[in-house]
Amino acid sequence: MFYREAGDFKTSYEQDSQTFPIKFDRYRYYAVLVAAFAVVPFVINDYWVNAVFLPFLIYSIAAIGLNILVGYCGQVSLGTGGFMAVGAYASYKLMTAFPEVSIFFHIILAGGVTSIVCVLFGLPSLRIKGFYLAVATLAAQFFLVWLFNRVGWFYNYSASGQITAPERSVFGVAITGAANPPWSAYLFCLVFTVAAAIIARNLTRGMAGRKWMAIRDMDIAAEIIGVNPLKAKLTAFAVSGFFVGISGALFFAVYLGAVEVGEAFGINKSFLVLFMVIIGGLGSIFGSFAGAAFLVLLPVLLKNTLVGGLGWPTDLAAHLEFIIVGALIIIFLIAEPHGLAQLWRVAKEKLRLWPFPH
Amino acid sequence: MKQRLMTALAAAMLVASPALAELTIVDTSYRTGPYGANGIPFSDGYQDYFTLLNERDGGIGGEKINLVECETGYNTEKGVECYEATKAAGNGALIYQPLSTGITYQLIPKVSADGIPLHTMGYGRTSAKNGEVFKWVFNYPANYWDGASHAITHILDLNGGDINGKKISLVYHNSAYGKEPIRTLEELSKKHGFELILLPVDHPGQEQKSQWLQIRRDRPDYVLMWGWGVMNQVAIQEAVNIRFPMENFIGIWWSGSENDVKPAGDAANGYKALTFHNLGDEYPLYDDMRKYVVDAGKAAGAGDQVGSVLYNRGMYAAMLAAEAIKTAQEMHGVTAINAAQMRDGMENLEMTEAKMTALGLPNFGPEFKVTCQNHGGNGFGAVSQWDAAAGEFKLITDYFQSDQEIISALVAEDSAAFAAESGITPGC
Repeated sequence: MFYREAGDFKTSYEQDSQTFPIKFDRYRYYAVLVAAFAVVPFVINDYWVNAVFLPFLIYSIAAIGLNILVGYCGQVSLGTGGFMAVGAYASYKLMTAFPEVSIFFHIILAGGVTSIVCVLFGLPSLRIKGFYLAVATLAAQFFLVWLFNRVGWFYNYSASGQITAPERSVFGVAITGAANPPWSAYLFCLVFTVAAAIIARNLTRGMAGRKWMAIRDMDIAAEIIGVNPLKAKLTAFAVSGFFVGISGALFFAVYLGAVEVGEAFGINKSFLVLFMVIIGGLGSIFGSFAGAAFLVLLPVLLKNTLVGGLGWPTDLAAHLEFIIVGALIIIFLIAEPHGLAQLWRVAKEKLRLWPFPH
Repeated sequence: MKQRLMTALAAAMLVASPALAELTIVDTSYRTGPYGANGIPFSDGYQDYFTLLNERDGGIGGEKINLVECETGYNTEKGVECYEATKAAGNGALIYQPLSTGITYQLIPKVSADGIPLHTMGYGRTSAKNGEVFKWVFNYPANYWDGASHAITHILDLNGGDINGKKISLVYHNSAYGKEPIRTLEELSKKHGFELILLPVDHPGQEQKSQWLQIRRDRPDYVLMWGWGVMNQVAIQEAVNIRFPMENFIGIWWSGSENDVKPAGDAANGYKALTFHNLGDEYPLYDDMRKYVVDAGKAAGAGDQVGSVLYNRGMYAAMLAAEAIKTAQEMHGVTAINAAQMRDGMENLEMTEAKMTALGLPNFGPEFKVTCQNHGGNGFGAVSQWDAAAGEFKLITDYFQSDQEIISALVAEDSAAFAAESGITPGC
């Protein structure tokens, strides 16, 4: 009825290839952006920012990064936790070595450092693929965590091996440290998330993205039509590493404030982000958001429902949470193996025809 | 996006908790995950003591205690979520006892900004002992560095004061927690001339074959352990497997509960662990505990942990919190204290033998006095030994003091570094 292309005339190539070709979608997108930038910061409090928004935004960036590698380029990676650790430690070293530079640039540089590391560990992808590549990236995961635990230089030789984010501000407003107002950390991460989503979206529908998808679908055929697998695979690793590094840096500096590499960036983190990508939908930017929302918000919601709402014992609630989330993952994947993004796509198709499906 | 907002809205409606008691205590427990076996008894003891006060005395100073539990799973992200969710519960949380060094590191800046005291009893950041820098953090009655020194002092006593040339291995959880004692042990090894061998074990610690193989090769005279959760059981079992003499194997207080030694059976007999409070359940307080809490069906958890080592420790933590509340109530002349007044109460807390006897816990812990400069007590601890036949840990020494000369220098150094890093001007 209101959700359709009819009457929305595209008169230029740009208009024709825009991300949201349907007017309703476009306005919804603008409304979400306005709400996120202009409404949420005024109503947000410490609980919302630390338990809901920061993890959601930061995991979304990580999922976008991994989605580029796994979903678009077809290179399986189990090293996300390790690469996030690279971002976190790079930002820590930069923050402590150059305190006069804005944290904004430190986060971006941390992404750059991760990008380089990610390319190094991506080199084996030129020879091996599938499960074998997954094992090679798994090695990266364990090696990086071991490295940051072992070499004192990375944590400035602190007694406990923990890294703690010093207080840094942007435009005079504290971003890291405990004294920051909730909206500043939120907005800071939101800027990175929105930028990451826009960049990723435009990369994936441009030439780079088409090359990645060609490699994903059939690497030999892609090579025959002129895609350089070396360049395509390594750029995927580089871009993916950049986003994952940024998310790791934000995870450490803005969200947690202090991390311990084995606990915060262990193999569990790699799987968590991979699950986000798979549940959300491989090869979809929206899917990255949906997957992050599913795995970050659902446990919080369940906990608040069961413990806060129904007053059940916390241990029972924690166990039930595992069961419910696990069951939902299985149900979702059986019902729609292409993830939440595909569900969304189907829903949109139906909406287009509604209320006259024939 | 829409979905996210809907979820968020639904969560918002459920966050608000209606509890409106006067004194809010948060128990950030972990009853699930690889550390659950150790988290349960501690949390049970912590909660049962407050339940006892509510049931028997009607709270503290006439104010009922509202106990809020939040499950962290020993996970830092969930710990942060718990902290944010509970800090405003009731009239505001009075004290946090996270029982996790990782979560402690997260919370130190947060509690300092929010003004809520943090008590990390025998764990956490050791240099928080320096109250001039860590205004809101307390770690009395003893800390890891005290523990490291206690172990070495005990070894010195066994060897007539000379351990020059001896080999001591440290098996530790490869995390902030396990790394804490290393610096102290290095200093002590310089002072006493023993050789220190470091053997890290990665989380969660189920795989330790290579570490114990190395112990078998190195043949150290003593093995120290900084473990938690399943790591303890595995380490003790591995020590049994290589026939390491158990009386030369000393664990920190977090590696000395019944859960840790029982899987190894009789072979674990003689294993030693440090402690900073007394063991067993033969105290007058436990009669009340049984009468008012356990038999009344009000015990936390399954109610089967009474008198175990970690239960006693949780109860000791609750007792110290309750005594700090009493101190604060006396100081400020109000019964419904707030978090800032709670901090004053903790800073002026003095535990004496007379006080503990009056509570029904004679000789339960060391005597200590907290001051503005010293948030860590006087560093007294004792050594306990596992008696497999009797199925209990028994104290084999009196409380003795750690090497204050070395520890105070390290505390001053580390807290000065923290103060410089985070721009704090030390002072009282």
